[in-house]
Amino acid sequence: MRFASDVLISFRREIAPTLRSWYYVLFGLVQPLLYLGLFVPMLHDVPTGTAASPLQWFVPGMVVMLILFTTVTCGWSLTEELLSGAFERLLATPMSRPAILVGRALKELAPLLVQAVIVIGVAVPFGLALHVVPVLVGLVLLLAFGIGVAALSYALAIATRRDGSLFYMVTHSVALPLMLLGGVLLPMDMAPRWLYLASRANPLTYLVEAERALFAGELATVAVGYGAAVAGAVAVVGLWTGARTIRKASL
Amino acid sequence: MYGVPSSDAAVIQVDALTRTFEVKAETVEAVRGLSFEVQAGELVAFLGPNGAGKSTTVRMLTTLLPPSSGRARVGGHDVVREPEQVRQRIGYVGQGTGAGPFHTVRDELVTQGLAQRMSKAAALRRADELIEMLELDGLAKRLASTLSGGQRRRLDVALGLVHAPPVLFLDEPSTGLDPHSRANLWEHILALRRATGMTIFLTTHYLEEADAMAERVMIIDHGVLIANDTPERLKSEHAGDRIRIEVADADSVGRAAEVAEQLPSARALERGERSVAITVREGNRLLPELIQALQRNAIEVAGASVRRPTLDDVFLDLTGRSLREGVAA
Repeated sequence: MRFASDVLISFRREIAPTLRSWYYVLFGLVQPLLYLGLFVPMLHDVPTGTAASPLQWFVPGMVVMLILFTTVTCGWSLTEELLSGAFERLLATPMSRPAILVGRALKELAPLLVQAVIVIGVAVPFGLALHVVPVLVGLVLLLAFGIGVAALSYALAIATRRDGSLFYMVTHSVALPLMLLGGVLLPMDMAPRWLYLASRANPLTYLVEAERALFAGELATVAVGYGAAVAGAVAVVGLWTGARTIRKASL
Repeated sequence: MYGVPSSDAAVIQVDALTRTFEVKAETVEAVRGLSFEVQAGELVAFLGPNGAGKSTTVRMLTTLLPPSSGRARVGGHDVVREPEQVRQRIGYVGQGTGAGPFHTVRDELVTQGLAQRMSKAAALRRADELIEMLELDGLAKRLASTLSGGQRRRLDVALGLVHAPPVLFLDEPSTGLDPHSRANLWEHILALRRATGMTIFLTTHYLEEADAMAERVMIIDHGVLIANDTPERLKSEHAGDRIRIEVADADSVGRAAEVAEQLPSARALERGERSVAITVREGNRLLPELIQALQRNAIEVAGASVRRPTLDDVFLDLTGRSLREGVAA
């Protein structure tokens, strides 16, 4: 109960500036919409394993990419408060540390979910079949995954707080291969054998496949189970690492 | 101290506290076996050069940094085993800026109140109260990044006081402020203290600040406590007043020096061309006596002055170094 109210306190604090400059959320839509308009048409003759519109295959993966790329870099906003003293001020209050992190992560995720819903809404008239309940489950999985990645990003920001470029190097050299190996842009079935095997070792692959299954209307299938396991594991590992880093760091 | 019965009124009890850091495969001992107490209602200054271990100590007392060894209790609770109870009883104004740059003044105060377990209504009421008390009127809806240095620091103090804590930690509160803003900040802090009777633990490298504000000064150097007393006693024990007498006639310098040396506690005699300087305790009281004695010996006095010592003289006496050296003013 106290944990939930602390999450809410942290979330409210962080979301206030975002609400004041809500138009940035709209700017964030430019990139996904460009993918839909300029990339998806090339997928018409690509074997995506479904007879439906390529949007049906591409949108779930792109939403995963959107969440991954934004949450992996969100530690940056913490760096600023780490150096200024604002984060420390909150650490000197009785608030739960993991709750502070979860609240911050939710603040990053809230606009992303808005963006995801808009992208889905835009794609529907162009051939995306909408299965409401499975898609909502898909968004919940993304939320758990995003909280975990954001918490890992915060841990990294704390560890590299004296060196901002190190933070960017690490986040990009982790996120980009995860995305490419996750089969977000093209089906991994087309890949050479070694690349295909590498993609099977990538946890993100299973989340992308789960989202595709959910967007196709599946619920209780193996693919969804694997994806849920990945999202849950990332959330637990992320929060554990984040809370531990705060406790151990001599900030 | 533990083992030794300590006064019930001690709100801060520190026993053999140490903290080491690993810096490039080297172990740095930032704080080495500190022990002290602070009684309820005291205003204590922790004075020392940069890097002496002041902030490291405060960060341990405020639960932000785990000690390497030793123990500390704040507000009756152990900082390691009961951090949450400690956090409820302290206000912490760190060296940096407490308010986030993109948050408004009032939002931050309300958030802080909620973080300190206040109800929404109480947090809102308290925010408005503090905005008024710390002269932040008209700034409630401004972003913290648009405040002046002095306003921002007053907001930091307000944030530390939201839950009316019995103990307030101020880590270098006036660093970077111009003299006017500094005086103004202190006016507010002292007024709040008069109203609440809270204990204030202050770290500073400003000698004048420690001297003027604190009832007790603890001097820390290289992580060790080297002095712990009222500023007055520290100055009279470690420094003393410097009396300087100017004589009308260069020939009487020698005789004047002989007379001056007779003063109780006289030391560090220095002869100038037409002057004599000597260090004594209680210079203000001894100066008239000295002038009368000189006149009795038919020495014409042309001028006299007493220079009160500063805490820098104390630090110099204790360490052989000046505190000002490290401080680019």
